[in-house]
Amino acid sequence: MSSPNYDSACLPDLLPLYYRRLFPFSQYYRWLNYGGVQKNYFQNREFSFTLKDDIYVRYQSFSTQAELEKEMLKMNPYKIDIGAIYSHRPNQHNTVKSGTFHALEKELVFDIDMTDYDDVRSCCSAADICCKCWILMTIAIRILDRALRDDFGFQQLLWVYSGRRGVHCWVCDEAARKLSVAARSAVAEYLSLVKGGDETVKKVVLTDPIHPFIRESLTLVERYFPRYALQEQDILGCKESVDKVLALMPEDVRKELQQDFQNEKKPENRWKLVKDQAKRKQGTSKKGQYFEKEIMLQYCYPRLDVNVSKGVNHLLKSPFSVHPKTGRISVPMDLKELETFDPFAVPTISQICEELDRPRTGEDEEKSEDAKEKENEKDAAERRKIRDYKRTSLAKYVKYFDQFLDGLARSWKGELLKKSDLQKDF
Amino acid sequence: MQFPSRRRKFITNSQTELYGHPLQFYGQPPLENICLTEFEAFAVDRLKLLKTIENLGVSYVKLSDLYKKKLDSESKALNFPYRPDADDRKPQAGPSEYEKRRKDHISHFILRLAYCQTEDLRRWFIQQEVDLFRYRFNELYPPQKLEFLHRNNLQYDTISAEEKKPLRDKLVNSSYTVSGITVEEQDFYKVPFQDALDLVRTRKVYLKAGYVYIPHQDIVTIVLNDFRTRLSKALALTARSLPAVHSDERLQPLLNHLSHAYVGQDYSIQKNVGKISLDQIDSLSGKSFPLCMRQLHQSLRENHHLRHGGRMQYGLFLKGIGLSLEQALQFWRSEFIRGKVDADKFDKAYAYSVRHMFGKEGKRTDYTPYSCMKVILSNPPSQGDHHGCPFRHSEPELLKQKLQVYKVSPSGISQILELVKGMHVQLACQKYFELTHNIEEANFSLNHPNQYFIESQKALGGGKDVKRETDAPHKSQENPAAKGSGAAGESAANTSQGLAEMTEELDSYFQDA
Repeated sequence: MSSPNYDSACLPDLLPLYYRRLFPFSQYYRWLNYGGVQKNYFQNREFSFTLKDDIYVRYQSFSTQAELEKEMLKMNPYKIDIGAIYSHRPNQHNTVKSGTFHALEKELVFDIDMTDYDDVRSCCSAADICCKCWILMTIAIRILDRALRDDFGFQQLLWVYSGRRGVHCWVCDEAARKLSVAARSAVAEYLSLVKGGDETVKKVVLTDPIHPFIRESLTLVERYFPRYALQEQDILGCKESVDKVLALMPEDVRKELQQDFQNEKKPENRWKLVKDQAKRKQGTSKKGQYFEKEIMLQYCYPRLDVNVSKGVNHLLKSPFSVHPKTGRISVPMDLKELETFDPFAVPTISQICEELDRPRTGEDEEKSEDAKEKENEKDAAERRKIRDYKRTSLAKYVKYFDQFLDGLARSWKGELLKKSDLQKDF
Repeated sequence: MQFPSRRRKFITNSQTELYGHPLQFYGQPPLENICLTEFEAFAVDRLKLLKTIENLGVSYVKLSDLYKKKLDSESKALNFPYRPDADDRKPQAGPSEYEKRRKDHISHFILRLAYCQTEDLRRWFIQQEVDLFRYRFNELYPPQKLEFLHRNNLQYDTISAEEKKPLRDKLVNSSYTVSGITVEEQDFYKVPFQDALDLVRTRKVYLKAGYVYIPHQDIVTIVLNDFRTRLSKALALTARSLPAVHSDERLQPLLNHLSHAYVGQDYSIQKNVGKISLDQIDSLSGKSFPLCMRQLHQSLRENHHLRHGGRMQYGLFLKGIGLSLEQALQFWRSEFIRGKVDADKFDKAYAYSVRHMFGKEGKRTDYTPYSCMKVILSNPPSQGDHHGCPFRHSEPELLKQKLQVYKVSPSGISQILELVKGMHVQLACQKYFELTHNIEEANFSLNHPNQYFIESQKALGGGKDVKRETDAPHKSQENPAAKGSGAAGESAANTSQGLAEMTEELDSYFQDA
């Protein structure tokens, strides 16, 4: 899904411009510094850059925002990944005694990738997406966001569009950042319902009693299932896809439905027949009694890449990094507008760089401001960057990021107060 | 032989106290003097017990009746405590309950010394000790459980009736052990979810706003979590004081050997490097590969690609049967470039990981091929993956089809599926071996894909080459001990003779295991 106005050959020319005038460094630093509550939190954070020709540089770290800016302008990374906070500065990892350098903390992260849904979407495959299958991401976000907040009690969740075919979630609560590997994997497994690889046909099996978490998730899935599965993917339309659905049912039900479907072609009505069968089954037998729920979950439930969530030291693509294939910026997503989020409307680097060249509106106003700014050269450059992204379609995403950071800041304000109180005691 | 009676006179009060309950938290190390022979014997016996636990965990559902029965009889045979109602006031044959508890205590601490040295060893040791503890705690009578909590000062917060009321339905639906009737009278403990990860992982507890609500029957989870945390901390501390222990030339070779015994053969040393040519692989995969590797090979040939999990499992297996780094690079490249990956992309994105497997990149660990245990228990396959154990991770129906394609007889297939149904995945694989090699009963116990390969080559009449290969891993086991005693010098001559005997005993034990 490369976008019409983006050509990956232009990337080397566009990146310097993007990093110099558009990348929201101050917000970025504000996020990863976490209010400076813990010493060296930003300084010991690993960044890794992918440079031209897929050259991969790990263990980058920076002592200040200025240093980060300088290095990024120098190296012009095609892609930026964020890693863990380590026991020592990552760029000095070779100088410390072996065995003492290890990852301590990181946000709890989730990676959902559309390629993992290939067996249940007929519109596209592999790296391709369209608005028909994008609903899967909407469902995934709804379900995980609810569970992470209500069940696990996390509050600082940053959802990010990956720039191509998926979404990422950064859980930034202090408790989440401190989770052990075992705890991360337990959370990820709690959230995983679809199990098994290509060698498994039936990937969701429910047992009695149905856990409250699964009930809540089902309620959400039910909201989207008719539109997504029955209409847009038409899973009960052609014979091939009907067979795939039937394969997930107990044998006796399958036979009956095969008969019934001969006289009934409309997908909605066919699904109603399935539900009727399920109701009957629940009255009679324990085995396979939840098959219609299992089918809904197999088609719609989020598929997590568990390994990404498990490791403390696992790297994940950074927000505001450019996706080199599509040119789209990896932007934070405002869940208030989730239903209308359109991945194809996310700006590409070429688009926002072009927008910079458009004539300014309200030029006069800015001139008087410019006069004041001359007092401090560095300040002026900083402010110009702020205004620069405001003139592009990146603005609304940065604005949302700002809101997220304000919420995050409230959480560490308490921490800072406690600390300063302690100091006064002495 | 006089030791036991003489020692009993010096038992301090605290020690009698320590052995007053069938289960302990191993909070205090033993303080008595013991002789070297007892030291060795205790350690070897506990290692056997832990090894049994590891094997049982793969073949049976943990805490199922068969699992418990097997563990009972193994504990009995090795003279470890296994009956919570045992009491020295009742007459019994064999060692007294006191002796058994003492053995349990001391042997646990000896293995701590041997298993604190690396991350891998610690993880293995903690896992088996936790499983042992779970089994023992589960066997206790309810009053004994309470007494145990009391003795060890374990207090957890319960929720009030008012707090319970609105959660009633959710609590009932979150656990098999809670019903509408029992929920009123049951105590529920409210703890942070981080303290009950096993229940969270399996969704067997109600979780709200970061707290889990655990019914009294499941309290073992929190106790286990405590046990695991304490043991893990204790091992880290033990590791720090290890240099002092290592300066004792009698103990160091012994401890080294103990810690090397747990993995069994690791199939990492190949004398056969380069003896297999790349065009043999297709035919070998049909004849001598276990099903998991055959499946990986086939999907690699079909898709010209394997995802990370598959590349690791299959790549290390191939390394184990004797592919050199150069061959491996050629093998993977020639297959991948027939798919979507061009040679340039392969060199950039995949060649690194092949070199990594051979210890030429990153932290330069020379990775060893995965054992069945690792294949079965870690990193289960997900969408697009072909790795894992087909007897564990494939659906019976698909497994059946696959076996049909591979021309296994219908009666053979049903025997295999029966074993799979009972969770005896390794036995199922062994059955597959017997059927495909026309052997009545294989005289080995399968626990490694590379072992399958070697045994297959042997059965198919491979000559000298194969013989040499079976010798190699054996030697690798003895190496660490030999090195250790060499460093200790001649003064350790006496102990090293005893050690050699034990080495033999241990080796023969783990060859059988």
